[in-house]
Amino acid sequence: MFMTKTILKNLLTKYATRLYPFQKREPFKHSKGELKIVMEKCILCGVCQMRCPSQCITVDKQAKTWKVDPFACVYCGVCVDACPVKCLYQESLYRTPLAEKDMVVHVQQPKEAAEPAAT
Amino acid sequence: MAKTVLPFGPQHPVLPEPLHLTLAIEDEIVKEAIPKLGYVHRGLEKLAEIRDHNQMIYIVERVCGICSCMHALCYCQGIEALMGLDVPARAKYLRTIWAEMHRIHSHLLWLGLFADAFGFESLFMQFWRIRERVMDLQEETAGNRVILSVNQVGGVRRDITAESAQWILDTLKLVEKETLQLKSTILDDATVKLRTVGKGVLTKEKAYELGAAGPTLRASGIAQDIRQTGYAAYSELDFAPVVETDGDCYARTVVRFKEIFQAIDLLRQAFAKLPEGELAVKPKGLPTGEVVSRVEQPRGEVLYYLRGSGKKFLERVRIRTPTFANIPPLLDMLPGCDLADVPVLILTIDPCISCTER
Repeated sequence: MFMTKTILKNLLTKYATRLYPFQKREPFKHSKGELKIVMEKCILCGVCQMRCPSQCITVDKQAKTWKVDPFACVYCGVCVDACPVKCLYQESLYRTPLAEKDMVVHVQQPKEAAEPAAT
Repeated sequence: MAKTVLPFGPQHPVLPEPLHLTLAIEDEIVKEAIPKLGYVHRGLEKLAEIRDHNQMIYIVERVCGICSCMHALCYCQGIEALMGLDVPARAKYLRTIWAEMHRIHSHLLWLGLFADAFGFESLFMQFWRIRERVMDLQEETAGNRVILSVNQVGGVRRDITAESAQWILDTLKLVEKETLQLKSTILDDATVKLRTVGKGVLTKEKAYELGAAGPTLRASGIAQDIRQTGYAAYSELDFAPVVETDGDCYARTVVRFKEIFQAIDLLRQAFAKLPEGELAVKPKGLPTGEVVSRVEQPRGEVLYYLRGSGKKFLERVRIRTPTFANIPPLLDMLPGCDLADVPVLILTIDPCISCTER
């Protein structure tokens, strides 16, 4: 009885939901999404690895690699805040679904090799 | 007629989480209820041994999927007390703002689930549609919809700009208007009242004796709200606990419904008084000593006991959640009720089993 007004209003207004794959909502500007790195800026200090509550980041100074397990990342953004050179950032969208689990590995190129390539 | 033993749960359409009750029934009237918990125990307290006190913030947030922000707030308050930190005023207000947003979305979620429990599915969808507006506010301001990760030891990690604040206040007007439109449906409808009025009465004396918490306690006529102790910015805001005296399912619904408007009012007050200043102070030293920290969650009082011995890792983290306190009152309500009312009764304590088992 009391619901009638709401029902009539619902019939006369547009859908509350979106037709998802065809109509997507723009993500909010500061949403915490997929973790990314600008490897050239990284100093391999390992602060992100130390601070990460889910221990999803592995930094190897010897091999100059920065690894993240995207399935263990909890999108808290602690590493992004802690990074001393601000080389980490979060996209505003979640990562796309994958059929198989995979590690994301970034290898830092030696600077000597990178410089001649740039000139 | 002889008693029949009927298992209720752990898998039941009304329960989003596994709670098992062994019901002894006679002619479809419940005579006794025995709970069994432990289906979703994750050992989060034990993790304090291998995660340092800063990483633990993000672990205690995951104790509960609904009131995550309040868990982190309670934990951070405890650590700050151990370290002797003075949190900046702006951070206190921002913590209050996020906590109250959480209260609105939790109560809207509960009202929806409650409507669904007695078969009013269209009302469930109406409440959840309103809730989505609050979820958007949380995502825009904190970056995540539920697990906000905004608290840190010494303050907060994010700021709310004046532009966002205006948008929040505008959205709250809509939330208030739309929730008010549903007031007569949930509180005055004869069919709904048949399922709630006079069901599962918890007397004032029993509520006190059994240690009920939150809306379950306040619906029985005891005006106790941990926010009155004045943590975060609550000491500077004007509010009184929402109290009902009947102690039945209807009274608990009314308390939660009114608390949505109380939270909206608190948010408006907090934005009006929001001071300028720093977001966080840098923590110095390591947590030493022991402390009990308390916060009012949507479901009631959460209690953290923390013990540190001057190391990076805490010696002990003990979490007592409101649902744990509300299970004895639930067992008191169940005997004497119809079997058909059991799902509705269980929902009126707003059970959060993941919280309880941690």
